[in-house]
Amino acid sequence: MGWKRKDLLTIAELSIEEIELILTTAESLKEVGGRDIKKVPALRGKTVVNLFFEPSTRTRTSFELAAKRLSADVINFSPSTSSVVKGETLLDTARNIESMQADIIVLRHSSPGAAEHLSRFVQSSVINAGDGWHEHPTQALLDVYTIKEKKKEIQGLTIVIVGDVAHSRVARSNIVALTKLGAEVRVVAPPTMLPLYVERLGAKVYYQFEDALNGVDVIMMLRLQRERLGQALLPSIREYAKLFCLTSERLRLAKPDTIVMHPGPLNRGIEISPAVADSPAAVILDQVTNGVSVRMALMYLLSGAA
Amino acid sequence: MGLAQSERLLMDAQDMSRALSRISHEILEGNKGSQDLALVGIRTGGVYLAQRLAMRIQQIEQRDIPLGELDITLYRDDLSIRKDQPELRKTTIPFNISDLKIVLVDDVLFTGRTIRAALDGLMDLGRPAEIQLAVLIDRGHRQLPIRANYVGKNIPTSREENVQVFFEELEQVDRVSIVTG
Repeated sequence: MGWKRKDLLTIAELSIEEIELILTTAESLKEVGGRDIKKVPALRGKTVVNLFFEPSTRTRTSFELAAKRLSADVINFSPSTSSVVKGETLLDTARNIESMQADIIVLRHSSPGAAEHLSRFVQSSVINAGDGWHEHPTQALLDVYTIKEKKKEIQGLTIVIVGDVAHSRVARSNIVALTKLGAEVRVVAPPTMLPLYVERLGAKVYYQFEDALNGVDVIMMLRLQRERLGQALLPSIREYAKLFCLTSERLRLAKPDTIVMHPGPLNRGIEISPAVADSPAAVILDQVTNGVSVRMALMYLLSGAA
Repeated sequence: MGLAQSERLLMDAQDMSRALSRISHEILEGNKGSQDLALVGIRTGGVYLAQRLAMRIQQIEQRDIPLGELDITLYRDDLSIRKDQPELRKTTIPFNISDLKIVLVDDVLFTGRTIRAALDGLMDLGRPAEIQLAVLIDRGHRQLPIRANYVGKNIPTSREENVQVFFEELEQVDRVSIVTG
């Protein structure tokens, strides 16, 4: 199967075959990261622009590294240092970047749908690196890749997502991706952190962490976004940690070969105990490594269709 | 097994087997044995041939030699002009190629562009002492200054013809044919 899309905007729009193609391409590209000379010439002469309207270090760095390993040239645009503070619109900024012959624009923006909107107006390929609470498709793809690497098959697995699902694009993209690939997805959090109608995405809702852990193959922790605590989602961080921190005791309630995932950055002692974060069950750093391979795969595939 | 109408047979399974046996001996003769020798097959056809050469060399020398698989897709010279990206496959070279004599193995030598890509790909993985080239078929029409050290069969072709190598592993019977249409 060949790749036909100009852009990568959401997980929802991808077919199972497209997801599989991204994963197998990423698997082939992972080898490059293990070499002494971590560079191949596939995207020589192409330009990738990281356009990040929200602060991000690891995602931007991961995209940058992915582009560089494929020999593309990379430019980083961030609003604090650019004309955006002077009032330029998203479209004008993007058109300016496109006029510099950018082949791929990687966009992170606080508005849901920003990447999709942009993709309609520019010839460049657009990769959604997070749009508001909507989607973060490359994170879901790297998570699926990591699960597949550890568990071989997604079909038939039981996966629990823990934490602020309502405000998490990572959770949303993962629920869509994992249910599409045949996993049972559970979500567990205080009711204030679960979106209405989350069942419609195919997830089973739990409110007690201990109940949700029974028979689970993968535990996916979400970061407690402390910047949102002003929104009265929680009585206190201490209470949240008491009820929803993944401790060694709780980890024992899941299957013995359970893996623990986290998109980072970690709040040690809040959503995940240091003992668990540093245990052999944690695959958090594998997620980071695989993120580069998955983003390389997307850039490789998209630069053919452009 | 009957041939498709548009297929003209160039080598049957026995011809292929004999050519590979001869090439194995030539490789060992040219390198004075299998010391510091390694085979790297170019995906996909070259991998099957490299496996068979490795098996024969093992039988002759009574020792295993390192065997790798190289995917050249990322090194193609037409990536920026093609409209669709070719499918990527894995490069698996489970040994350090530096200071080894590498015999690159491919099924058909044609324009030489694949070999150019393979040479670049290998060089990115280390610094081999030497790189040699073994091919089952040399069909001419080179576009780059590349020549094989070991050739199964030279076949004059026209540029439009398509030489195809069929492998037991994929198509039940080993054979080489010119396929038209």
